[in-house]
Amino acid sequence: MYHIISILDFSREQIDDLLEKARRIDETTEIERSLEGKQVALLFFEPSTRTRMSFASAVSRLGGTTICVDSVEGSSIIKGETLADTVRVVSGYVDAIVLRHPKEGAARLASEFATVPVINAGDGAGQHPSQTLLDLYTIRQSMALEGINVGLIGDLRYGRTAHSLAQALSHYNVNLFTIAPNGLELPETIQIELNDMGTEICECAEVKDVIRDLDVLYVTRLQRERFPDSATFVNVQQSYQVTPQLLSGVRDNMIVLHPLPRAGEIDPAVDSLPHARYFEQARNGIPVRMAMLTEVMQ
Amino acid sequence: MTEGPPRQLLVSPIKDGTVIDHITAGEALNVLKILGITGTTNERLSIATNVVSKDMRRKDIVKIEERELMTEEVDRIALIAPRATINIIREYRVVEKKGVEIPSILIGVVRCPNPGCISNTEEPIESRFEVVEKGLRCYYCDNLITRDIARHII
Repeated sequence: MYHIISILDFSREQIDDLLEKARRIDETTEIERSLEGKQVALLFFEPSTRTRMSFASAVSRLGGTTICVDSVEGSSIIKGETLADTVRVVSGYVDAIVLRHPKEGAARLASEFATVPVINAGDGAGQHPSQTLLDLYTIRQSMALEGINVGLIGDLRYGRTAHSLAQALSHYNVNLFTIAPNGLELPETIQIELNDMGTEICECAEVKDVIRDLDVLYVTRLQRERFPDSATFVNVQQSYQVTPQLLSGVRDNMIVLHPLPRAGEIDPAVDSLPHARYFEQARNGIPVRMAMLTEVMQ
Repeated sequence: MTEGPPRQLLVSPIKDGTVIDHITAGEALNVLKILGITGTTNERLSIATNVVSKDMRRKDIVKIEERELMTEEVDRIALIAPRATINIIREYRVVEKKGVEIPSILIGVVRCPNPGCISNTEEPIESRFEVVEKGLRCYYCDNLITRDIARHII
């Protein structure tokens, strides 16, 4: 059975195939209703807006239907049921499971106990492969992935989307530039792993030092709770903010991405610039998730 | 000519059982932990630590009487004592001698240090790690343990 759990399970060819499948879905006017008569469980044990809605939309566009759990409170988990049991039970109701869970590795566990395909829609601070694939898809809409310069800025310690994207990009010989506040740098284990995969990482103190060399700036959210006090948070947030001034003089086809929601990391004045691609990126969640669903249901 | 003190064995030979030799100095107790041998189990044990060794300068030795260790048991030892040798003893004679090999997957041996990992919850699973070049990778959360592996042994 085919599950989608971690971007680390993907080869470059598999990523390329899936992105190509998403492109065909995106460009066609006649969508193949490959989920006709099929039902998908959306088990979201953690809050989510974009991921849950776009998976629901993707299932619906492919002709399928969804049943949903939207919180731990609304499930048997509150009664002490294990995820393993929940997944075994739900497998009997549906044809596929899309799972978001606060614990890292939850989707891997689910795939061991499920008798239907499982798609990981984010497990704690761990993997979120659909986000990574739509990030790659968005970049690929503007440029080839091979050998590009990618800047990762923000909370790179806890930001799972930045980790997964960096891991996926390591298949494409990219040059990575990281810009993070003290204490929120890319974890050492991820750096070791990326180096092993042949990716050079350049740590930069300030984004303005590298911005003109970048093809992609991937911005992640800074969270208030990671800082000792509000004043420090506001200071750091301001110094890391992407503004029209920062983007002056950048490469013409350079793009700015953000997994959203944003909380002040990108000045709204950037939205109207041609570099801003984060809303397009969010929209791309639909064809990419449609491609993932089609893939696991084959 | 003066004679030095008489040479004697630190630990007496065993009749039947297993001798684990060439254990990295200081790791004998962790070896026992990996093998599930605690103070409350019935094995008769002899342990020598920081013994002078020709090859290793210092080493530990563990002798376990009346128990012959299985290959899959001893391979776990390779994690912390990659040069260990296993001698199976019957009637005071070594009947089998082998080294240890690091297994490719470790199940139920190491606890994932990531508190957010699903393997640290009440789920009906055992911890599982893939042995990779840089250390151990958690099968569930992808966390990589690169150092101080003994500290994470269950």
